[in-house]
Parts: sequence; C-alpha cells; structure tokens
Amino acid sequence: MNLIQQLEKEQFDKLAATKTIPEFGPGDTVIVNVKVVEGERTRVQAYEGVCIGRSGQGLNESFTVRKISYGEGVERVFPVMSPMIDSIKVVRRGKVRRAKLYYLRSLRGKSARIVEKQDRQTAVGE
Amino acid sequence: MRSGVIAQKVGMTRVFTETGEHIPVTVLKLGNCQVLGHRTTEKNGYVALQLGSGARKTVYMPKAERGQFAVAKVEPKRKVAEFRVSEDALIPVGAEIQADHFVVGQFVDVTGTSIGKGFAGGMKRWNFGGLRATHGVSISHRSIGSTGGRQDPGKTWKNKKMPGHMGVDRITTLNLRVVSTDVERGLILVEGAVPGSKGGWISVRDAIKKPLPKEAPKPGKFKVAGGEGAEAAAETEGA
Repeated sequence: MNLIQQLEKEQFDKLAATKTIPEFGPGDTVIVNVKVVEGERTRVQAYEGVCIGRSGQGLNESFTVRKISYGEGVERVFPVMSPMIDSIKVVRRGKVRRAKLYYLRSLRGKSARIVEKQDRQTAVGE
Repeated sequence: MRSGVIAQKVGMTRVFTETGEHIPVTVLKLGNCQVLGHRTTEKNGYVALQLGSGARKTVYMPKAERGQFAVAKVEPKRKVAEFRVSEDALIPVGAEIQADHFVVGQFVDVTGTSIGKGFAGGMKRWNFGGLRATHGVSISHRSIGSTGGRQDPGKTWKNKKMPGHMGVDRITTLNLRVVSTDVERGLILVEGAVPGSKGGWISVRDAIKKPLPKEAPKPGKFKVAGGEGAEAAAETEGA
C-alpha cells in the first residue's frame, strides 16, 4: 500500500467510524439528509431522489441522486464520506440492469419509473 | 528569513474538514532532510544553509563528493540544495529538519521541475487560439498564424512566441496553504497542486508575499542527531 492509499484509508476509517452508511446502489430511491449552514446555525435538509450511479471508491467515492423538482430534473452529486451528509436512508430498492442510469435523463413521467426489486430470499425467510 | 526544506512529491489526495468542505492537497515527504553545511559572509560572501535529502548509494559516488558528506558527518544525500537565510536562522550542521518546521495554516512557496511536454505547438505552449475549423482553413487548424508585420519591420521580432520545447522548467508556485503536518512520517500537506511529477524534488519555503505567523519556530524545528537531549535542544532553540 503506498503512502497516498494509506492516508486515504486512515481518513476513511476515521470518517466511517462517525457514521453508518446503508448499502445502496443505482436504482434505489434514497433520502439524503444534508447539513445546510445558514449564517450561524446549521439545519438538516432532506433531498430525496433516485440514485443513478456511484463512482470512485474508498474516500473518493461519490453518488448521484436525481429527482424531478417542479417539473425540472435536478441532479446532485454527494461524496459518500462527506461530513456534510447527516444520514442516508434507503426508501425503496429498484430493479435495474445498469450501473449508471443516465438513460433516465431523457425519460419523463411513466417511462422514467423503476420497478421495485423483490428480495425473494428474505420473503422466503419470513 | 528562515530556511526552507527539500521534500519529495508523493501525490495528491483530498482532506475533509470538520465544516464539511473537502480540500485538494498535495502530499510532500521529507526524506531525512539534514543540514550539510553553512555559507557565511566571511567565507562565501552570503549566508545560506546547505541541505540534503534522500538516501543515496555510495558505490557510484566520487570520493571528492563523499568527502564533503564526511565533513558534515551525515549520510550521503540524493538531493542537495542551498537556502538563503538570515544570520540568526542558521541551524547546526547535521540537524534534521522536522515537518512541523511549517505551522498549519501558514503559506509556503514551492519550487519544482514541471513535467516535460516535449515539442509543443503554439496552442498548448502559449494558449494561442489556432485557426478556424471551417471557412477554407485546410490542414493548419492548430497553426500559430502570422508571426510579424509586412515590409516594415521586415522581420519577426525576437522572443516571438512560437512552438518549441515545453516543460522541464523550474516552476515556483506562490502562497500554498499548509493544511497539516505529520512529524512521525515527515509529511507536509499543502493545499492545491505542486509543479512536477510524483517523486520529483520540491523545495518548500515560507511565502515571501505573506507574513510569517508568530508561532512559527525560529530558526526552525529540527532534531539534532545523536541520542538524548536532542529533542530538548531543538525545543529550546525552536522557542
């Protein structure tokens, strides 16, 4: 392991210890609670949308969340390890066959829906 | 004026701050940076410190060069450089400069040798605009265009910016902020990019265009070689 990887790992472990990040991937609908600084005080703002891809790894990993806001598509990129993220909640798991869902950008309405993933194993267990 | 240090560029990464921003940083490593000699007014006409850094095999070294390291009683160094200092900032020969020579938050100037680009055209080398993509331009889309006047002056002026060799220049970047230092591993993290490739030699000095913070150790933060009391000596001299 070279020095840069070592430094990144140290920082990753330090940040990972302060928070729990749920497992999620492209197609999943997530709520990202973002810390917003307003003058003196900070508050938490929720941003809900579909995760359309994750890129990078370790400390440098980020994910893109897309939502339709007042009829306009909005995409935000968050670093997974960012201290600005208060928490991440997975609302719905989607069934997709691609790692990057960029095709959603050209779709609107009904055709932009994602089928929910049916987790058979847990269904049998219950 | 304090001494600078010789460091080696390790690479770039990012640091997340408590406020949530992330800072792009370059990691610089001090490879056993020691004082090899002094340059004094009486003897040399100027005051400077000669520093050396990095390990070097003695097998292929000329005897004359080996003798110079023997005088200073230090291991042979890969990279040797001089740093101009004021007379009160001389550090004893053999002392090893530590990473906390620089205070977190202070600004530094870094000098390195830029990455070689080979023979480069006017667009890459001087940011020329090039010619148009259409409207009758053929083959010469990236050419430099005109190089001068007509019959008067009848020549191309000297120093006209033209294609040529680019890179492998000595480049100084001013005012980079020190984000953190690591004494044990000898690391200095500075914000932003530093000229040169990974593994390149970099000299780091206090910024000349920004005031030096008061808490900066003078004449420097260093460890005197040879056992006990070394740390203490550095502490008292540093204070």
